Amino acid sequence: MHPAFSVIFLTTLIGVGQGLFLALYAAEIGAAFHRLPEQDASFYSTGSFIVLGFLALGLSASFFHLGRPERAWRTAAMWRTSWLSREVIVLPAFMAVVLAYGLAHIYDGRSTLFIGAIGTFLGIALFVCTAMIYACIRFLQEWATPWTVVNFTVLGCASGFTLAAAYAHATAPELAAGYACAAILLTFVALCTRMASLIRNARIRPRSTLQTAIGIKHPQIVQKAQGFMGGSFNTREFFHGKPEAVVQAVKWGFVVLVFPVPAALLAAGAVWNIPGLFGAAFAAQYAGLIAERWFFFAQARHPQNLYYQAIS
Amino acid sequence: MTQLALVIDLNVCVGCHACVTSCKEWNASGEAGSLVDERPYDRDPTGTFFNRVQTFEVGEFPNTQTVHFPKSCLHCEDPPCVPVCPTGASFKRESDGLVLVDYDKCIGCKYCAWACPYGVRELDENRKVMTKCTLCVDRIDNEALPEADRKPACVLACPTSARLFGDIHDPESIVSKAIREAGGYQLMPEWGTQPANHYLPRRKTEMRIHEDELSRSDNPLKIDGLLPKPAAKDPSLDDVTSW
Repeated sequence: MHPAFSVIFLTTLIGVGQGLFLALYAAEIGAAFHRLPEQDASFYSTGSFIVLGFLALGLSASFFHLGRPERAWRTAAMWRTSWLSREVIVLPAFMAVVLAYGLAHIYDGRSTLFIGAIGTFLGIALFVCTAMIYACIRFLQEWATPWTVVNFTVLGCASGFTLAAAYAHATAPELAAGYACAAILLTFVALCTRMASLIRNARIRPRSTLQTAIGIKHPQIVQKAQGFMGGSFNTREFFHGKPEAVVQAVKWGFVVLVFPVPAALLAAGAVWNIPGLFGAAFAAQYAGLIAERWFFFAQARHPQNLYYQAIS
Repeated sequence: MTQLALVIDLNVCVGCHACVTSCKEWNASGEAGSLVDERPYDRDPTGTFFNRVQTFEVGEFPNTQTVHFPKSCLHCEDPPCVPVCPTGASFKRESDGLVLVDYDKCIGCKYCAWACPYGVRELDENRKVMTKCTLCVDRIDNEALPEADRKPACVLACPTSARLFGDIHDPESIVSKAIREAGGYQLMPEWGTQPANHYLPRRKTEMRIHEDELSRSDNPLKIDGLLPKPAAKDPSLDDVTSW
């Protein structure tokens, strides 16, 4: 598939936002059970507005994917069948709850645990909706696996907790080390699950072949002409068009940037308390996540490509 | 329930692209839209087509066959492109089973094109909405056209009648008979999309001559097969060797 940067930014930015919200709420729960130090309201409210900023950035990135963004309101119609429609409903709902959570911390302070619980539910639901958009297409075999949902969730949480460590370092230093440990743990879990999906995808045997595509049962079929010599939607949308070396470089690039680099920076930041290391960890991990999502799209081989192999 | 479909005979298709140009002509001027071509006479042209004819070579030289393979929307009975559409712009029409796009509802998110394993949906770069074969919905229901013309433009254009059009749920229709009697099959059956369009396979064409086809099998006077003899008085070549 051709990786679209609008979708890459959408999925990675809202992932950070969701993860950061879960981190904030985890701190509040911990404080409620007297396991973590109490924070003042501004820690949660400012954090919620940062979450909101990431979600809004992701949402605005998604509009660049649409041919007719002025009709985007229609997308809520088919939530019974379409995961995309479900995502479009859950994302604004989650944003509204995050806003309510932030405002409740400023003005009310009593119902925040309840609002946060709703936000946690919606945040996790949003992970599932976003990932299922890809996982539900059964013939894109690289995507049609539970690993897609697991990876979107765990990678989003890892990047969100890394950002939470950087945020806490500036606003609530007593939480920073805890967030950093959680982020390292989540990064390690993400390493395991992403590696599992990489290994799985490397061993996939495509179910569709030229034989099933045109229905001729001969082992040797070659396309001689795809029917046209110019470009078309089919030749642009479904091919990443990059040499294999670039794809491999992006793969190893994200494997390094998403997992060991931020984990090392987080650990160093937690041990030596050097300012800026947590921020650098988040920057590295987010850059890696862009590469990870690019590779996620580029790796998927669409069966329609069987019909577009030779110009003439 | 009606399910309109095409049946394409790969044994007959000669790869002339008449269906492609005829489709383009009709749909560029009909309700289905502009079917935009960008830079058609310039460097790097690109265009929107509902129908393509592709060519495959089967076998290894010198034992090869050239197969011309027309491809358009298969109007699946369980179309994967329809449920993924977030706006309901993509739908399967109850009355005749056509998979259609409501251009006024489409937001151009391309998700349906991702969800089609056959690659038959193309984004119109001008109107920024998804377009696809409609089986010439503006022809087949058009009361203003004579009855014989209420068929898709590609079917009417095909010089070898490789394209049949009809209702595959009616067992007596021309397409059902063709599927039944000539081994009609579906593309990529592994995904369970149940394409309505079927393809008829290549067949071996050889002439079989039976003994009774050389002489009449009902030979009442038993004189077929006797060679005519010239009469005794007929002139021969040298006037000597007649008998």
